[in-house]
Amino acid sequence: MEDALDVVYRTERGRVLARMIAVVKDFDLAEDAVQDAFVAATTAWAATGIPNNPAGWLVTTARRKAVDRLRRAASTERRHRAWGELAIAWDAWDDGETPGPISDDRLRLIFTCCHPALSLDAQVALTLRSLGGLTTDEVARAFLIPEPTLAQRIVRAKRKIRQAGIPYRVPSLEEFPERLGAVLAVVYLVFNAGYLASSGTELVKVNLCDEGVRLAGLLVDLLPDEPEPLGLAALLLFQDSRRTARSDEEGQPLTLEEQDRSRWDAGQVAAGRELLGRARRQGHPGPYQLKAAIAAVHAGATEAALTDWATIVKLYDRLLEWEPTAVVRLNRAVAVALAEDPARGLALVDEPSLAGALVDYHLYHSARADLLRRAGRTDEAVTAYREARRLTNNAAEQNFLDRRLRELGETAGAGAGEAGPG
Amino acid sequence: MRYMLIIHNDPELHPKPGEEGWDELMAGYAAFSEQLASHGRPFSGDPLNDPSTATTIRVRNGETLTVDGPFAETKEWMSGFYIIECDNLDQALAAAAMVPSAKFGSVEVRPVAEM
Repeated sequence: MEDALDVVYRTERGRVLARMIAVVKDFDLAEDAVQDAFVAATTAWAATGIPNNPAGWLVTTARRKAVDRLRRAASTERRHRAWGELAIAWDAWDDGETPGPISDDRLRLIFTCCHPALSLDAQVALTLRSLGGLTTDEVARAFLIPEPTLAQRIVRAKRKIRQAGIPYRVPSLEEFPERLGAVLAVVYLVFNAGYLASSGTELVKVNLCDEGVRLAGLLVDLLPDEPEPLGLAALLLFQDSRRTARSDEEGQPLTLEEQDRSRWDAGQVAAGRELLGRARRQGHPGPYQLKAAIAAVHAGATEAALTDWATIVKLYDRLLEWEPTAVVRLNRAVAVALAEDPARGLALVDEPSLAGALVDYHLYHSARADLLRRAGRTDEAVTAYREARRLTNNAAEQNFLDRRLRELGETAGAGAGEAGPG
Repeated sequence: MRYMLIIHNDPELHPKPGEEGWDELMAGYAAFSEQLASHGRPFSGDPLNDPSTATTIRVRNGETLTVDGPFAETKEWMSGFYIIECDNLDQALAAAAMVPSAKFGSVEVRPVAEM
């Protein structure tokens, strides 16, 4: 019973919560009522089994629990205010109605959680708590921060929503593109937090990559006519398809070039292609669609040597129109190096404006080192790898850079002949 | 809900009377006031004189301390305010974005605490 309830919790909580927030117009009251409903379900469903429409059962029960809580509410003022609104909401809501596709509520919830008036940290925490069905503790552990810190962050975010009057609504047509961009950025951030985490020392129950993929899929369901959510969902599937191939037996990271591509999940790749195809048919390109297209080119090469780098360069050209950032320019330069020759790529990488912008970015130096290595400029490659290593604190990345240095017959130490670190 | 729009400007960036952009700025403010009026909800707002005209008072241990100048000497200073009535933050933010000085400085949007 308990596992089945877990599944219902993960899949239905977001929808039920979204409905309740719309009804009671109070984040905290809605959350408490939904929690009460799940507790009641544990007992009730043990006897009767899980109902055909668990969401409907939960919403009906949560409404009753909300009333109970209001009756017990310490603050008289809160009771009066909330009663008035509840009465209005329930007049308009027939008891016999089973909640149909209540995608609207979850859309409102996502856009509220990702409102730009909230800090990015708060947006991520709130989104995972409200739509991800994760407990505060699970979110905290996934981001490696103490639970009380995350709990405080969420409390402050909800307080800001209340006090600043952040509305519970889907943005208007004019606001929509920018606000959707913010939502996609949060989901991408969640996925990347999982993607970049070193193969952890602790068994983390919740995988942020799974959550990212799920949230992206939810956005596609809620906004079926929007191409960028399709692009993001496709991108995450392509990236996630490499999950088991990304590290070797010792858990050390492998580059795209080194990975055993037979271990890339074909099902996810196929699903990614399908979503990207759907996006393309909309005829409105965008940055996530372009990033997904680049990932698709990689996925299409059965061996690294067969990668169609020329097409990737063209895709980066188009991506630069949307995101004219130093990082995108860097990635394009690497693609140019592999499409043409390392010298061409290095010329782009060494451009003063780019070098200046990324001087403190370890991936800039490791990319530069890689091109220098390919060009046979070994001494310069070693210097660049050492600079990259100096700039990163990530153990997995440090190990990778040490490996590259060893391959070049060097260590992380400053001079030749100096003993390496253990 | 009521919100205060607190306008801060960098005097080096902000057009001054007689300079290029000044007339456009003033026209922008007139249009903004008309916009607010057309919504039929109470609002107020005024420009402030520059910080050199300010005097700051603190009362400590029954003693009044009077100091020439604003609360804090900063590069950007408070140049004006509006108090507007809106349904929610999104409306207030949309209004703030229309304040002409938003192009040269910043507009803080803070809810008025309803007691």
